[in-house]
Amino acid sequence: MFIALSNNDPTPLYEQIKKQITEQIINGELPPGYMLPSIRVLAKELGISVITVKKAYEDLEAGGYIVTNQGKGSFVAKAGAEFVRESRLKEIQQSFENGISLCRELGMDSEEIIKIFNDILDEFGP
Amino acid sequence: MSMVISINGLCKKYEKFSLKDVSFQAPKGYIMGFIGRNGAGKSTVIKCLMDMIPFESGKIELFGLDSRSFANENKKRIGYVGEDQYFYESMTAGWSLEFFGRFFSDWDNDYGYSLLKRFDIDPSKKVSELSKGMKVKLALAIALGHRPELLILDEPTSGLDPVIRNEILELLAETVQDENCSVFFSSHITTDIEKIADYVTVIDDGRIILSDEKDSIISKWKMFKVENSCRGEELLGRLIGVKKGEFGFSGITDKPDSFIKELNRRCPGARYKMENITLDDLLVRIAKESDTI
Repeated sequence: MFIALSNNDPTPLYEQIKKQITEQIINGELPPGYMLPSIRVLAKELGISVITVKKAYEDLEAGGYIVTNQGKGSFVAKAGAEFVRESRLKEIQQSFENGISLCRELGMDSEEIIKIFNDILDEFGP
Repeated sequence: MSMVISINGLCKKYEKFSLKDVSFQAPKGYIMGFIGRNGAGKSTVIKCLMDMIPFESGKIELFGLDSRSFANENKKRIGYVGEDQYFYESMTAGWSLEFFGRFFSDWDNDYGYSLLKRFDIDPSKKVSELSKGMKVKLALAIALGHRPELLILDEPTSGLDPVIRNEILELLAETVQDENCSVFFSSHITTDIEKIADYVTVIDDGRIILSDEKDSIISKWKMFKVENSCRGEELLGRLIGVKKGEFGFSGITDKPDSFIKELNRRCPGARYKMENITLDDLLVRIAKESDTI
């Protein structure tokens, strides 16, 4: 896990923490079940108030990204994988939309587009 | 949430200065910064906490116990570092550690020496040969050596260079890794407090101005800079620590939304900027406000 806070960033510190952890959960760097550092350890490492980190963790838990077990620690939620999948699907959708609109600009109809797609798909193999 | 320090209605009179109805609480397991300008009353409050001076009225509880009736029991659980360190200059650091450490029944000599090592203090060096920063660190080693639950520090970083100040702050953060340990430290170096404090209490002229989570203070309070065309007394009255200038006026408030509403109501279209404040801004403006009264 990598977290770097910026004093120059106008976003509040706890928002920065949330954003960086969320990003790493979504891009799969922090897999489901990954144990986050304890609130106090993270606060000490970042040199900030314990309450700031607590707020970030509470928000992350409310958002379903992490789960906190009293006494055990905080872990990336299994649903974390769902977020990864969903965000990847969004990326895929976006790529297809981009490709299709480029094809349309060249004046291609649906049949031609599907043919190009299938040709490429064949290159990938079964 | 349990309170490690609880002060209610504390009043103490000196000839030229007094504490007026001081009340605030410090939650256990966190770091509370106590800020105010020189002469605001920080040391006086701390000395009352430590039962070093008497007070006329009010109640102080440490660990839920009355500070005066349980003074000795409380002192065993407290590590205190005052503004000035009083050592026997011709004795060594090691000797000082053991001499002062033994006043505490829970003193752990090995731990004390390991702290000296960690602070890079040569135990065989005479106190007179130590720099100010090293004397403070020696005092800290003595304060921590009996593993106190509460660290009370009175201006621990004044006059120290940024490197040592940072070391001490890191040490404070380490202390509260144990949730049973709390830190209460006073300082007029607001940037230190801004970094690691969980809670902040502000005192000015013997009165508590506010006491809150540091994050809340930073997010609630805003600095407004407004153009002079809108400089009516009504509007100025809504800001604290107003500074009037040739190119605009400024002040702070903890009710930014209602200020903006008033501003737009009185001077629609008036130019202004809203900014986040630092604890420094807060202290300066609060002091300015009380000086004008």
